[in-house]
Amino acid sequence: MTLPLLEVRGLKTVFHDLAGAWPAVDGVDLLVHPGEILGLVGESGSGKSVTGFSLVQLIDPPGEVVSGDVLFKGEDLRSASEERLRSLRGDRIAMIFQDPLMTLNPVLSIGEQMCEAIQEHRNCSRQDALKEASRALSRVGISSPEARLKQFPHEFSGGMRQRVAIATALLNEPDLIIADEPTTALDVTIQSQILFEVQKLSRETGTAVIWITHDLAVVAELADRVAVMYAGRIVETGTVDDVLDRPRHPYTVGLLGSSAASASPGERLKQINGAAPSISARPSGCPFRPRCERALAVCEQIDPSPQILDGHGYRCHNPVPEGSAL
Amino acid sequence: MTAYILQRLIQSVLVLLAVSIVVFLAVYGIGDPIELLVPPQVSAAERAAMIRRLGLDLPVWQQYLSFLGNALKGDLGRSFVHGVPAAGLILARLPATFELVLLAMSGAALIGVPLGLLAGLNPESRPSRAIMAGTILGFSLPSFWKGMMLVLLFSVALGWLPTAGRGETVSLFGIQTSLLTLDGIRHLILPALNLAIPNMALMVRLVAAGTTEAMTQDYVKYARAKGVRRKRIVGRHVLRNILIPVVTVAGMEFGSLVAFSTITETVFAWPGMGKLLIDSIYHLDRPVVVAYVMLATLLFVAVNFLVDVLYAALDPRVKLTGEMA
Repeated sequence: MTLPLLEVRGLKTVFHDLAGAWPAVDGVDLLVHPGEILGLVGESGSGKSVTGFSLVQLIDPPGEVVSGDVLFKGEDLRSASEERLRSLRGDRIAMIFQDPLMTLNPVLSIGEQMCEAIQEHRNCSRQDALKEASRALSRVGISSPEARLKQFPHEFSGGMRQRVAIATALLNEPDLIIADEPTTALDVTIQSQILFEVQKLSRETGTAVIWITHDLAVVAELADRVAVMYAGRIVETGTVDDVLDRPRHPYTVGLLGSSAASASPGERLKQINGAAPSISARPSGCPFRPRCERALAVCEQIDPSPQILDGHGYRCHNPVPEGSAL
Repeated sequence: MTAYILQRLIQSVLVLLAVSIVVFLAVYGIGDPIELLVPPQVSAAERAAMIRRLGLDLPVWQQYLSFLGNALKGDLGRSFVHGVPAAGLILARLPATFELVLLAMSGAALIGVPLGLLAGLNPESRPSRAIMAGTILGFSLPSFWKGMMLVLLFSVALGWLPTAGRGETVSLFGIQTSLLTLDGIRHLILPALNLAIPNMALMVRLVAAGTTEAMTQDYVKYARAKGVRRKRIVGRHVLRNILIPVVTVAGMEFGSLVAFSTITETVFAWPGMGKLLIDSIYHLDRPVVVAYVMLATLLFVAVNFLVDVLYAALDPRVKLTGEMA
């Protein structure tokens, strides 16, 4: 196996308020290999976006990354200087945000916002930067890119703006792209176009991608490996085939069972009983225990530690037997 | 664009018309200028002749209509006191006020915007709190008191700057200016400072509030995720967004200072338009007061238009289009 591109151990990010520090990310382990697409799946509030921002140390007060290691090509990002982090962000590690309507600055031209991503990282004239930006735009399927660069965000549709964000992420041929639900705000046709393009670009350029989403169908289509998040921790991880076809954690089984694809027409969609625990009211032991049909007495006492078996890991005292799930 | 300008012109004319009616009635109500203008020993016949000559024997609506008719021909009436055209009298005082306000507003912006950025970027820090506390003082100290304190400190106690007056001027393209002589600038500093302080406070507050809000926006976080340096995030992404409200307020303040810096001009005996307005009100010099308010309204209309044009330049989402259809 090659050296991992990104290795995360025991990452913990808390949010402070007057009553204390609440863990949004609570001991996350992740491994991303070069050129690999990792789907980070979880429901709202599971801590997947906070994980994404914690990786590049973009957590603002009242949030704080309190422990764990984030090793990017062997370099510990948690102890890196702010200037070192800045030089990595947008260059080696690019991000795509969830809401394309909010992320582009409304008063600056697309060209300026793309060029700065180049010019803040290497010496490059404005002319050359614009040429690169224009090439990147045509790569994500935007026609007449030169004219588009002179325009402003409000002259683009949501889908076009997200393409701009993807093109911007590609400008410096990063080693890793962290994409935080980039297609959630888009309609299904545009979503699948963008998924196709990202997959293609990842294959062509050897860029690894962490694709944060709540949509299992997207993961099945796009990712090589999956990590399922619940209540701030990874509860199951493995290849797409392992996790989606042979899930072991009851939460993963519940998620798969509740997706529309697994129901026959006319049937009510299954759902997982109860709601995800809020950040300030995590139950003792295993956080999924109150909603779990397979909970044992031990689940109340001891939080299960991750068990890695052949790259397919899960955190459960009483996992679903292999092959019996769906 | 043409439709927009046309629409604005029609609006402006309506505003001017409304203001002219209000101000004419108000000035009419203040008092009878004859008591002040005509010496008591003058005979009744001479007095009646004088009233007729000034047109004060007519009912108010006729006076107004004749004013309006003359105004349309560009004649805003003659000063009762000075006997010269009111508009000319006012415009002759314009350069003095204009250079004062120009200096005050550029000072307020050049100091207020950076201080506001500083306070907005670290709202919890000690210097920021000091700046924000200072702005409350800047707002609330009354102009006349502040002016006298400045004179007391810098002219009387320290003896650094002159107490009052305009100082030496030179002619530039036929306009008298004191910006080009050392003596003129020494005379300008205190009154300009007096005008600048509350505006500086206003700018600091506006910019600080805008900066604090802008820094939490997604586009700032996205810029950071792109690896953009902090200097550029603040100077380009944030500043560009908060300049829009700043330009609005600066425009309005500029207009109101040019038209109504009466207190400062009185305290520092600055021979500007504000001083003229106060003197004319004392003497019930109706044509000058009316002409003054009309010119001030015109100024505001012009400044507003300029601000709108600047909007379009600053914010690409703004298009100047008329609703004529």
